[in-house]
Amino acid sequence: MTGKDEAELSGLLRTAIAGDERAYADFLHRIAALVRGFVRRKIVQGGVDPEDVVQETLLAIHVKRHTWRPDAPVLPWVYAIARFKLIDAFRRRGRRIEVEIDEIAETFAEPETETVSERDINRALEGLPPTQRSVVSSISVDGHSIGETAAKLGVSETAVRVSLHRGLAAIAKRFGRQ
Amino acid sequence: MRTEDLIKALDADAGKKAMPMGKAWWLAVGVAVAIAAAVFFTTIGPRPDIMPAMHTMRFMSKFVFTLVLAVSAFALIRALSVPGASTRRRMAWMLAAPLLVVLAVVLELFVVPQADWGKRLVGSNMMICMTFIPLIGIGPLAVFLGMLRYGAPTRPVLAGAVAGLLAGGLAATFYAAHCFDDSPLFVATWYTIAIAFLTLLGAIGGRLFVRW
Repeated sequence: MTGKDEAELSGLLRTAIAGDERAYADFLHRIAALVRGFVRRKIVQGGVDPEDVVQETLLAIHVKRHTWRPDAPVLPWVYAIARFKLIDAFRRRGRRIEVEIDEIAETFAEPETETVSERDINRALEGLPPTQRSVVSSISVDGHSIGETAAKLGVSETAVRVSLHRGLAAIAKRFGRQ
Repeated sequence: MRTEDLIKALDADAGKKAMPMGKAWWLAVGVAVAIAAAVFFTTIGPRPDIMPAMHTMRFMSKFVFTLVLAVSAFALIRALSVPGASTRRRMAWMLAAPLLVVLAVVLELFVVPQADWGKRLVGSNMMICMTFIPLIGIGPLAVFLGMLRYGAPTRPVLAGAVAGLLAGGLAATFYAAHCFDDSPLFVATWYTIAIAFLTLLGAIGGRLFVRW
C-alpha cells in the first residue's frame, strides 16, 4: 500500500512541479488525508488541534517544496515535515513530547477527513496586511479564481499572484514563530 | 479556514518557482568563498614564503585537515537542510578531519623531541589565528545560516552548528595559507578553538534564526 502511495504521490508532485495545477491539488488533498491520520494518532491528549497541525504541515510543504529532490521518495519528506510541525505545536503549548520515528505508524496512516473548528490559521490570516488578507481569503474561503479576485478587487492578476504568494509565505512564517 | 480552502490558495500559488536546494547550496558556497577570500586578501593575505612552504609536508597537511572538514560538513549540511534525508553516513564522515588531526599529532610527537613540544604548540601567532579564523568565517557563516532558512532543517541547532563547522573549515583553509605555524600540535589546539567558536555561534544562530 505504502509503496503504491509513494509512487503515485511522488509522480503527482513531479507533475505538479512541472506546472500541472490539477496534479498539485490532487497531491495536496491526498497528503492532507495522510497527515491527518498520522497527526491524530500522535495526539493522544488534548491541547493541540490535529487540523491546525495538518494546515501548518501543508503550508510548510508548499513554501518548502523546493527542498524535495524529484529523484527522492516523497513520503519520508512529507512525514519529516509533519513530525517537525507536530513537535513544534507541542512545544508552543509548553509541552515536550517525543515523536518516535517509526515506519510502522506511517504504514498504518489511513486517510481521514477533517473536523471543523476555530483555526490557528484564521488568526494568522487576520494578522496580514489588508490587501494580502483579502486576496488570500477571496481565493481560499470564497473559492474565487485569480482572475475573479483581480476583477473583484480592481487590480491586475499579477498583483493578485504577488499578494497571494506573500500572504501565504507570511502565514507560514507566523506559524514558525509563534 | 477549512483545509479544503487552504488547498485552493496553495494550488493557486503553485506557479511560483524557487531555486532547487542543490543548486542554491553551490551558489551559497560560491558567495561564501568570495567573501572569505575578500576578507583574507584585504587583511592578512598569504605568507610571503608560500611557494617554498608548499614543498613541506606540515604546511600542506593543514589544507588536508581544513578541506576534509569543509567537504564533510558541506555534505552533511546539505542533507540536514532537507527534511527526511538520511544523515547517518554523512555524520560518520565528520570524524574524518578530527581523526586525521589526531594521527598527525601522534606522528609529530614521534618525530619532534619532547623539549620542543611546548614551543611547537604555542607557536608564534596563536592570537592572530584565533582572531582571523572567526573573522574570515563570520561572513560565510551568515550565508550558510541564510541557506538553512531557505531550506527546511528539522534539527535547526545541529544544522546551525554544522554551518559553523563548514564556515570554520573554509576560513581555516584561507588562514592556513597565512600562518607560519605548521605543526599539527598548533593546528590541533588553536584552529580547533577558533572553529569551535564558529560552531557555537552557528548553533546559537540555528536556534534563533532558523525557524520555518
